[in-house]
Amino acid sequence: MNADILVYALHYEGAFNKNSLGAVSEAARLAGELGSEAHAVVIGDCPDELAASLGGYGATKVFRAGDAPEGLAQPVIDVMASVMDEGGHGYALFGGGLLGFEIGAGLAARLTAGVTMEVTSVSVADGGLTAERPIHGDSSISTSRYKDRGIIIGRLNAFEVPAPGEATASVEDVTVELSPWSTQATMVTRGEARGAEVDIEGADVLVAGGRGLGKAEGFELCEALADALGGAVAATRAVVDAGWYPYSTQIGQTGKTVAPKLYLAAGISGAIQHKVGMQASEHIVAINKDANAPIFEYSDLGIVGDLNKILPKLTEAVKAKKS
Amino acid sequence: MKICVLVKEVPDAAVEKRINPQSGRMDRAGERNLNPYDTHAIEAAMQVKEGGVVEVDEIVAVTMGPSTAVRALHKAVSLGADRSVHLSDDALAGSDVAATGYALAKVLERESPDLVLLGQQSDDGECYTIGAVVADHLKMPSLTQVIKMDVSEGSLRCERQAEYGYDTVDIRMPAVISVGDAINEPRYPSLKAIMGAKKKPLESLAIADAAIAADRVGEEGSKVVCGSFKAPPEKSGGTVIEDENTNDTVEKIVAWLDERKLIA
Repeated sequence: MNADILVYALHYEGAFNKNSLGAVSEAARLAGELGSEAHAVVIGDCPDELAASLGGYGATKVFRAGDAPEGLAQPVIDVMASVMDEGGHGYALFGGGLLGFEIGAGLAARLTAGVTMEVTSVSVADGGLTAERPIHGDSSISTSRYKDRGIIIGRLNAFEVPAPGEATASVEDVTVELSPWSTQATMVTRGEARGAEVDIEGADVLVAGGRGLGKAEGFELCEALADALGGAVAATRAVVDAGWYPYSTQIGQTGKTVAPKLYLAAGISGAIQHKVGMQASEHIVAINKDANAPIFEYSDLGIVGDLNKILPKLTEAVKAKKS
Repeated sequence: MKICVLVKEVPDAAVEKRINPQSGRMDRAGERNLNPYDTHAIEAAMQVKEGGVVEVDEIVAVTMGPSTAVRALHKAVSLGADRSVHLSDDALAGSDVAATGYALAKVLERESPDLVLLGQQSDDGECYTIGAVVADHLKMPSLTQVIKMDVSEGSLRCERQAEYGYDTVDIRMPAVISVGDAINEPRYPSLKAIMGAKKKPLESLAIADAAIAADRVGEEGSKVVCGSFKAPPEKSGGTVIEDENTNDTVEKIVAWLDERKLIA
């Protein structure tokens, strides 16, 4: 086993996922300190030029399993386990995202490796990697080291994506026989966007609604306030999955990452999965009836109260102020 | 078919969560309850059973944890499980995610379920990765964060949200499925079910009973070495207003926004 780091690079419709590019860059930085190399794995239909472009982020070699199906975790586990066995990679690194969690955990089982998820920072000490992970609502940070192989899964947006350099990576095609159970799941449709297409990433003001709105119609209160403030409406995963609001407005893990001037959260408890998508906002205002809601720990102005009473009056007051 | 539901006892959400600085483990004292995410997995099992598309012979709740974890099993049974299995052994203390998944997979092997269900995450130390670990040991296909699951003879059609939108995936059983909390609204147990829960069969296993290798679990068998704990960077707390008089509250919000030039 060596100190090389293998990264899974997720691509879709001709582009790499931002979190994957962050992971490749982070792996290259760490490999530089370890005196090892950062390699990447790509799955399915990934053209030469796209695969080689990972060299611009610091990967020296890209393993391409062109025959493996895209979008499911278990075939990737087969490919990465095979590449790591042959190449002797001591580490695997993943950017934030659902597939990375599934692949990383399954890979840990397959390779009898140690795994740490929701990692926000990785460093080099004593010739090995140390991962930092905030736990219990970010109230404490734990550190992980690894007895043998280490698998590190980043939190969403944990690793920065620098501007790419000129270098290209060598691309090596690999053929991996999939495990019998990896072929028992098949993708029927992928990447379906449910509901209307709404641009929330360009808005200066976002009024976001969560379960605390009580029902789909509760979003009317958010829309009225967003109109008054000249902003757009966003939503949490819970309410999008419940069908209350369009998928394109979803903030957080698996959703969008935003950083508006004002983020006003109504009826959102503020779990980590939501926080990672909006914590870079300039001003965060939260309205929630539960004084213990985690969102109050990172909001600049928190209001403990009933949003059904507050939002309509706030909308009127903002309109009055503007006129 | 047989459905096994993996459940877990976690600290009650209202209780302050602490780590024992000596051992680096979660302090297990205080109020405990069934992981709220797991109630969605039990409900999903009940809906398969009651749906009438396939015949469900039994639903078995499985947990690993100290003796107090029995309470989580009682709750699981009150919500519809027919019986439960409790893996408890001092040798398991300090197991990391990979070791825990291995141990649970060994218990599940004894049951040979057609479907293993679990909640999307737990409220305490572990994360939503245990399903993938268990699936690899059991050599079963797996999917997490499933929000819609239609069962037919021998297979499942699942929907979930991934990086680029909603995916629909067909999976042959046996399979391991983690469900998201949007999949259903868990029922409340009836008083009769709560009273009867303690009478349902509960099997207690030590690691030897499930052929779990002692050197693959516990602190020794875990491949992650948990190091020091530190406090995150201090963030200056924001202002918090308790809404007593809504007109006053709104006035304060508007003044706050106006000061920061957020009302254009």
